[in-house]
Amino acid sequence: MEPLVSIRPLLAVLVSLAAVPVLVSARNRNVREGWTFLAAVAKLVLVASLLPPVLAGREVVYTLVQVLPGIAIAFKVDPLGLLFALVSSSLWIVTSAFSIGYMRGLNEHSQTRYYAFFAVALSATIGVAFSANLFTLYLFYEVLSLATYPLVVHHQDGEAKLGGRKYLTYILGTSIGLVLPAMVVCYLLSGTLDFQPQGFIAGTVGPLGGTLLVLAFVFGFAKAGVMPFHAWLPAAMIAPTPVSALLHAVAVVKVGAFSILRVLTGVLGTGWLARMDLGLVVAWIASFTIIVSSLIALSQDGLKRRLAFSTIGQLSYIILGAALLSPRGLTGAFSHIAMHAFGKITLFMCAGAIFVATGKTHISQMAGLGRRMPLTFLAFLAGSLSVIGLPPCGGFISKWNLLLGTLEASSPALMVVLLSSSFLNACYFLPVVFRAFFHPPFDRACQGPVAEAPPWALVPPVLTGLASVALFFYPRPFLDLARMAATTLGGG
Amino acid sequence: MISGQYPALLVIVPLLAACLIALAGWLKPVLCFPLAATGLLGAVWSAVGLLLRVAGEGPILYRLGGWPPPVGIAYAVDHLTVLVLVVVASVALVNLVASRATIEREQVHRRGPFYALYVLSVTGLLGIVVTGDAFNLYVLLEIAALSGYALIAMGSPRAPLASLNYLFMGTIGATFYLLGVGILYIQTGTLNMADLALRLAPLHGSPALLVAFLVIIVGLWLKMAFYPLHGWLPGAYTYAPSAASSLMAPLTTKVMIYVMIRLILSVFTPAYAFGVLKLEGLVVWLASAAIVAGAVMALAQRDLKKMLTYLIVAEVGYMVGGVWLGTKTGLTGAILHLINDAAMTLTLFLAAANLVFRTKSRRIEDLKGSFARMPWTMTGLAAAGLAVIGVPPFCGFFSKWYLLQAALEAGQYQFLAALLLSSLISAVLFFRLFEAALFEPAGGKPGHGRGRREEGMAEAPPSMVIPLLVAAASLVAMGLATRLIVQGFILPALSGGPGGLS
Amino acid sequence: MTGGLAFLVAKYNYWVYIVLMMIGLYAIIAKNNLIKKIIGMSIFQTAVILYYISTGAKKGATIPIIAHGHGHEAVQAADYINPLPHVLMLTAIVVSVATLGVALALAIRIYEQHRTLEEDEILERLKE
Repeated sequence: MEPLVSIRPLLAVLVSLAAVPVLVSARNRNVREGWTFLAAVAKLVLVASLLPPVLAGREVVYTLVQVLPGIAIAFKVDPLGLLFALVSSSLWIVTSAFSIGYMRGLNEHSQTRYYAFFAVALSATIGVAFSANLFTLYLFYEVLSLATYPLVVHHQDGEAKLGGRKYLTYILGTSIGLVLPAMVVCYLLSGTLDFQPQGFIAGTVGPLGGTLLVLAFVFGFAKAGVMPFHAWLPAAMIAPTPVSALLHAVAVVKVGAFSILRVLTGVLGTGWLARMDLGLVVAWIASFTIIVSSLIALSQDGLKRRLAFSTIGQLSYIILGAALLSPRGLTGAFSHIAMHAFGKITLFMCAGAIFVATGKTHISQMAGLGRRMPLTFLAFLAGSLSVIGLPPCGGFISKWNLLLGTLEASSPALMVVLLSSSFLNACYFLPVVFRAFFHPPFDRACQGPVAEAPPWALVPPVLTGLASVALFFYPRPFLDLARMAATTLGGG
Repeated sequence: MISGQYPALLVIVPLLAACLIALAGWLKPVLCFPLAATGLLGAVWSAVGLLLRVAGEGPILYRLGGWPPPVGIAYAVDHLTVLVLVVVASVALVNLVASRATIEREQVHRRGPFYALYVLSVTGLLGIVVTGDAFNLYVLLEIAALSGYALIAMGSPRAPLASLNYLFMGTIGATFYLLGVGILYIQTGTLNMADLALRLAPLHGSPALLVAFLVIIVGLWLKMAFYPLHGWLPGAYTYAPSAASSLMAPLTTKVMIYVMIRLILSVFTPAYAFGVLKLEGLVVWLASAAIVAGAVMALAQRDLKKMLTYLIVAEVGYMVGGVWLGTKTGLTGAILHLINDAAMTLTLFLAAANLVFRTKSRRIEDLKGSFARMPWTMTGLAAAGLAVIGVPPFCGFFSKWYLLQAALEAGQYQFLAALLLSSLISAVLFFRLFEAALFEPAGGKPGHGRGRREEGMAEAPPSMVIPLLVAAASLVAMGLATRLIVQGFILPALSGGPGGLS
Repeated sequence: MTGGLAFLVAKYNYWVYIVLMMIGLYAIIAKNNLIKKIIGMSIFQTAVILYYISTGAKKGATIPIIAHGHGHEAVQAADYINPLPHVLMLTAIVVSVATLGVALALAIRIYEQHRTLEEDEILERLKE
């Protein structure tokens, strides 16, 4: 089908950037927050408007400027990119609401800087989602790294400084040290960086070179948290919770996983990976991360840290699904981007709500708290079920596809990996809810009548929790997009 | 008509302006700045005019005084020349505007001499770029150098010694160049560059030519501070007055690298330099060492300006390595980096000048709270830092892209590793600056920096901030215009000259 | 063949210039006193100037001034030494004098500040 040329992808990227000067110069905070909302809604509308053509099978393209011979800053909206963009833009609205309440409630400083860089980060995320070639992806990937730094170090104290350093070291170090040379090599070998359905590297590089390239990309996109380059994630938890919620559960880490997906499908190609047996290599690297991170999550008492390690594991699920190189596997991986996003953001916002209401950060202190904050913990349950992959939550659909994918790829070992890690997920999530509801109260704060967090902190997680459940019953358009993407990109 | 005389005007207008400024310095110092600005504006005008002419018509040959070469001095203006001319003239002008405040503060009694030397130095640099005669180059080399020594010596108390050191090394370098040209003259009887190329062609095997080549190259390396011949640079640029260092740091070393490229392309020809002499391996190793040494030494500095000067040493390594990879991609990368680095260094030094202007200190730890208090300056510094690290869409990324590509093509993996390592080290360098500027509010307790305005630390005046932001914006503009620059100017320049480039 | 090696051996004057250059370089690098360094620099530059001038010399030729010449006769170039290097070196001498001037001015400044012209002493004082 003919690609549709439209400026909408560029506009979707720019709309939040355009809001930044207005944000910064706003006279009072209501105007500032109003503009944030407006930008978020506009972005979602623009992204959603791209659904009809993409669902009909067309791609939407736009080339901005050619900066090097054969390389341009260009956008291409295909099912996979649109899936990711929809998830990010819809969740930005929810997180903005949560941010407003959180920041005002805790009377945080430098809020304008916060909202401004948040907007830039979202621009970069959509930029990654809609990239038509590896260069554009790299550009927005780096912009995202830099835009999120001020957010991570928001508190500006000693801990923030160290956390920020770790964040940058891992993320910039790998992107400059691994991704950049790999990108130059790809360009040298094939003369192009445009994503194509079966990649463009086939036939230009041998097994050793190919393996090195794959490793460079998988480890180079450290935002995906593949071990051993995962340590920045727990370190970045010193950011304010709304930052953790969107960026680390949805945008930053998903950009990492998305980038790897794009490279696997659009640069290297599933066919080539299968012929070179490199899919297995990636699958085992991902499996290692899944198991180890789940084990570490079990040992964490800090709620946010437990969630962080859970995220590391879930991201590798996505990578594993893609590495299976089978249609179901790809479908599972792509749809997990959406399901995990909704589930994880619910969990993080619940953690935020708990903190705002009671100041608690550790799970051991939360025994009995469920009776005081039933809605919060019910939302937490919904999020957990989605992440574990149990009905009636949306995560079940993606995990089911992943399991079928392992069967298609004739890899019972990987199926065992998936099942056992789901079991581990249950082990570290369900007890939290169980203790909150059924154990005696831990301390005074856990006793007493129902006293939830203020509405602005309670409503967003409940909404996304409900969405997680709703996605089980109505998984479209995410599932459709995932299926379409799996077909075109998997060469099915 | 005037436009036909641009190549000469380029040099004459600032030269006359310098003389008038010297005069005005005695009689009416207030006129110095306007005269300087007019002189440099004339230079920018001529440079841009030339750029447009060359872009339209191709290379131009201009005879000074109408004397045909090789009797007379000819100016050969091709695509590469105009590119560098425009960059040199614009950097000089932007810096002049930005430096007015610091000059008024530091040099108010010596405005005449200072502005005169400033404009004279720029005249020398412009002349070096535009000339087509080897001896004329020497004269202009020394004009630029001497005015530079004097400018530097007007700075802090440690400046005269640093300047004398620079004088010694610079003079040795220039004299080596002169010696080399002398050997060439003996062999060919001509000093005109185009003529030299023709007459040297049959002599490519001779030891005398080899000696001449080596002597000239080493002389230029001294002048461009190529490690390990870089000893004069940190002292000279650190202790110079802000206005002088932000003029010379972006321009002087880059113009010397231009001279090296010009001589290799147009006089010795790449066929000789890379084909007959097999020196690339050695020089690329030296360049890789320069890059790493510069980056590592920058890390060790507590003084902001000194740190930036070591960064220059690393950047020179990039460019020399790029040239000596001996391929078209390598030269493209080196030339692109030359103009990109001029812009990046200008932005860095302007930002440093702003910071020093307000905090009255050059130490990195005294940058505390700068993000809150001087947001525009820090934005400029951040943009320049990101360009140096090599983040797209800043220009630094694109020249690095070419250099990385060239290194891979030529199989010089140590150069590739050095490039990547220095990017990472630059990231550490700049984020250390940002941390210092972001985290502790100046003199207050650490914590949620509420940014209360304290005495003495406010944003620099607009005359210093606006040029900085213009320079920072150019970093993005040049990045996005990379293809235009490469295809419109660099590639035509590389394919136009006597061949031998792979 | 006009290879460099052959004619360097035959032309002893070039060896003199090389020795002078080495003396000059040695003085700049190894001497402690700033004035001695400056003198070394001057020697170095002079050596190169002499080298150039010697390239214009011809066996049996005279100085390049045409006596009673008003354009009546053709001029035999081989009878007159080449004036071009002399002319070029006038420029170079001017440059070297200017450099000398700047260097001495800097030395005066340094002396005013530190009351010594010995480099090691100056560096000691700067460290304090």
